[in-house]
Amino acid sequence: MIIRVKVNGTDYVRDVEPRTLLAYFLRESLGLTGTHVGCDSSSCGVCVVAIDGERAVKACTMFAVQADGHEITTVEGLAQGANLHPLQQGFWDCHGLQCGYCTPGMLMASYVLLKHNPNPSEPEIRAALAGNLCRCTGYVNIIAAVQQAAANLCAQPVEA
Amino acid sequence: MAMTTETTDTSAAPELQPRHAIGLSMKRKEDPRFIRGAGRYVDDITLPGMHYMALVHSPYPHAKINRIDKSAALALPGVKAVITGEDLVAAGLGWIPTFHGYDKQMVLAVGKALFQYQEVAGVIATSREIALDAAELVEVDYEPLDVLVDPFESMRDTLIIRNDRENKTNHIYHWEVGDRSKTDAALAASEVAIDEKIVFQRVHPAPLEPCGIVADMNGGTGRLTMYLTSQAPHAHRTVVSLVTGIPEDKIRIVSPDIGGGFGNKVPVYPGYVVATAASVILGFPVKWIETRTENLTTTGFARDYHMRVQIGASRAGKITALKVTTVADHGAFDAAADPTKYPAGLFGIVTGSYDFPTAFTELDAYFTNKAPGGVAYRCSFRVTEASYAIERGMDMLAQRLGIDPAEFRLLNFVKKAQFPYPSPLGFVYDSGDYHLTLQKALDQIGYQQLRAEQAEKRARGEYMGIGISTFTEAVGAGPNKLFDIMGIKMFDSAEIRIHPTGSGIVRTGARHQGQGHETTWAQIVAEELGLDPQNILVEEGDTDTAPYGLGTYASRSTPVAGGAIALAARKVREKAKKIAAHVLEASEDDIEWEDYKFKVSGVPGKTITMKEIAFAAYTNPSPGSEPGLEATFYYDPPNMTFPHGAYIAVVDVDAETGFVNVRRFLAIDDCGTVINPMIVEGQIHGGLTEGFAIAFMQEIRFDAGGNHLNTNFTEYLVPTSLETPHWETGKTCTPSPHHPIGAKGVGESPNVGSPAAFVNAVVDALAPLGVKHIEMPMTRAKVWHAIKDAQAQR
Repeated sequence: MIIRVKVNGTDYVRDVEPRTLLAYFLRESLGLTGTHVGCDSSSCGVCVVAIDGERAVKACTMFAVQADGHEITTVEGLAQGANLHPLQQGFWDCHGLQCGYCTPGMLMASYVLLKHNPNPSEPEIRAALAGNLCRCTGYVNIIAAVQQAAANLCAQPVEA
Repeated sequence: MAMTTETTDTSAAPELQPRHAIGLSMKRKEDPRFIRGAGRYVDDITLPGMHYMALVHSPYPHAKINRIDKSAALALPGVKAVITGEDLVAAGLGWIPTFHGYDKQMVLAVGKALFQYQEVAGVIATSREIALDAAELVEVDYEPLDVLVDPFESMRDTLIIRNDRENKTNHIYHWEVGDRSKTDAALAASEVAIDEKIVFQRVHPAPLEPCGIVADMNGGTGRLTMYLTSQAPHAHRTVVSLVTGIPEDKIRIVSPDIGGGFGNKVPVYPGYVVATAASVILGFPVKWIETRTENLTTTGFARDYHMRVQIGASRAGKITALKVTTVADHGAFDAAADPTKYPAGLFGIVTGSYDFPTAFTELDAYFTNKAPGGVAYRCSFRVTEASYAIERGMDMLAQRLGIDPAEFRLLNFVKKAQFPYPSPLGFVYDSGDYHLTLQKALDQIGYQQLRAEQAEKRARGEYMGIGISTFTEAVGAGPNKLFDIMGIKMFDSAEIRIHPTGSGIVRTGARHQGQGHETTWAQIVAEELGLDPQNILVEEGDTDTAPYGLGTYASRSTPVAGGAIALAARKVREKAKKIAAHVLEASEDDIEWEDYKFKVSGVPGKTITMKEIAFAAYTNPSPGSEPGLEATFYYDPPNMTFPHGAYIAVVDVDAETGFVNVRRFLAIDDCGTVINPMIVEGQIHGGLTEGFAIAFMQEIRFDAGGNHLNTNFTEYLVPTSLETPHWETGKTCTPSPHHPIGAKGVGESPNVGSPAAFVNAVVDALAPLGVKHIEMPMTRAKVWHAIKDAQAQR
């Protein structure tokens, strides 16, 4: 099937097998390997991307053909050139990652959270990230990272 | 970091203060690529002409294989080959050696399958999807056999699982250490004793990145490159060479970014072997990435120790003897990841932090119809099992004696003056101050107030518990006279090259999987040489470029590779000193290293920095000397290191639902010199979370028929941000006396020390009901049943 998607601001027209999952489409057809795959049961969240800037979706639960006509943001689309997104900066500053495998999904779930809730409380952050597993950090520093990013985004109300 | 409390103890032994680079919470140098999604993991590697492999697994835990029909699979367009066990046997690749050499492991099932999900065939195709489809088309005629899932049944030998072995028994080996007769006599003479069964359940490391490989046999160069999820690339290269006969110079293993290991990526797995064989036979690259189900059902599990713990004491609470008798379930092959001379790993650390006059421990390992394994899941070999046994046992005995568990520990700790402390089971603990560390934990958490609060709550019928664990680990294997894996001594190595403009590169035989080596190794080199850590590149994981080493697991990187780095840097400094003498036109005897630069003794102002020396090494070498500025060091550590800690958990148990709320958890760790406090704290947070998971959520379970009951993350649980408690941390510091920078290793301490703290806390909460023990995982149902059973008996 032919699909038209906009990924990180670039338009793509691609012929995909109907059974291709969005995660594999991004990784293999577009070469965007920042979106990871970690389980077979939509449990781990390492594949989370943003659909139309407002929905956090596990890209292993969505077929590529379902993304037809939509805009997708992946972890590769967060930074503006050399400028890191405040969330990326927050994860770096607060030691919010270790092996890095869950990080893209954590960043994208947090990205959508802050779109809807620019100043989340700690319980709200914990709830928003409940679908994203991390085996390394114990979440403490991830939450601190999101809080730092939220504060920085609120301080600079420009389009992130 | 509002949610954590970090304190530094000033009364402890003098720590090396933050200096040029060591002791600084430097942000991680490896992070920029990860936060941009530019990490490069095995599954991110795509090569021209690459094909994909999927595996066929046995649906039966024990079954004769009468026939395998490949024809339907081979008929599917895109399928290039179906490889069976018989094909591998014909190629001489039917079996692979296991770590400590007590067994060998079947790559693909031949004759019969020995556990559910055992690998039976590999299907190679042009796409992952076609390979998966074709795997479904491989027809295997199975004849189910009786099954053994309980090691206590296996030991009766009514059914022999391994008919390929000479000895027709399910018993694998017996191991013992200590003085049996003296210990038995001391136990018999003890005024008070406990004799309890404690199980450390089968769990799985389950890193978020599954295991995988891209095997690339290049017909042009004749070289085999394996991009592998490997915690020990050099050891794996040697194993591949020994098994296949391919000379080691024709094998390159690249361990790229690794998405967590926790011991899971130490062994060699059948999928690696089949994909490699496929690439060699078919002549194109083959990728195999396991599914989560394959990860949980076939790759290395951990623990599964059934322990009988006996401790004697006087009525006054002085311990007299320890005996631990263990039955170990190793599954269908003895693939346990332990050093050759230590089939039960470092279980001899089971005397823990306590000064036992005598001790004895023995272990018998058995085959069952379960997946093989026995990896050191975020611990030095079997140290977690040992730590859990002694820390639960000490609490059980304190409860029996009616002595406060903190007081009981303080009464029986090895004293600071006793170090180096020879333990009754054969270790020499390097350093520690157990009294100080526990006292600090008690003070910081407000132990007396918590006990007062608990008394009030008990009076109101509420169940609050306080659990203590004061563990000692043995890490950093290890000294070459004692430690080898498959004959290879467990040294590690570092190679440092300083470039003309004063930057440099350090390579080691270790391989990080999130531990932060790219930052901490740069800090060590920068500290030793007075250079900028931002300009010290760290590279690991490529066997073509890194010096030979045994890899990263068992908290051995900082104790062993870290030592090698410091000593390699000091070799660089020795050479730099000669250059300094030449450039400063002074005698080498007059050159001193002070304040991170060289100076001429007694001549103020006559100094030269390492950066200046680096330039001189290439532009102005002294006549007759060797140009350049680099060094390699292979480090054979004189001893292991022995980190310790005092952990306290505070829980509230809802007696109606069995729900346990971990209200507080404080971890005071002593890992000697801290290279990067931020990274150390991060390691502790992560390890505590894994310990929390083991204590409350995780167990690889089988039914009586040998069926694996939790094959994915909806059934085998990993804690989310919702359940995970807040972690409080702190530290004391007793540097290791023999380690070049006094560091001991920390990544595993929280996973080793925390399970007992959680269980001790829950049992303490329910003690008024007469609850004596609850096995892990302490699920809500299990806690609820413990409460109801205890109430029914009253």
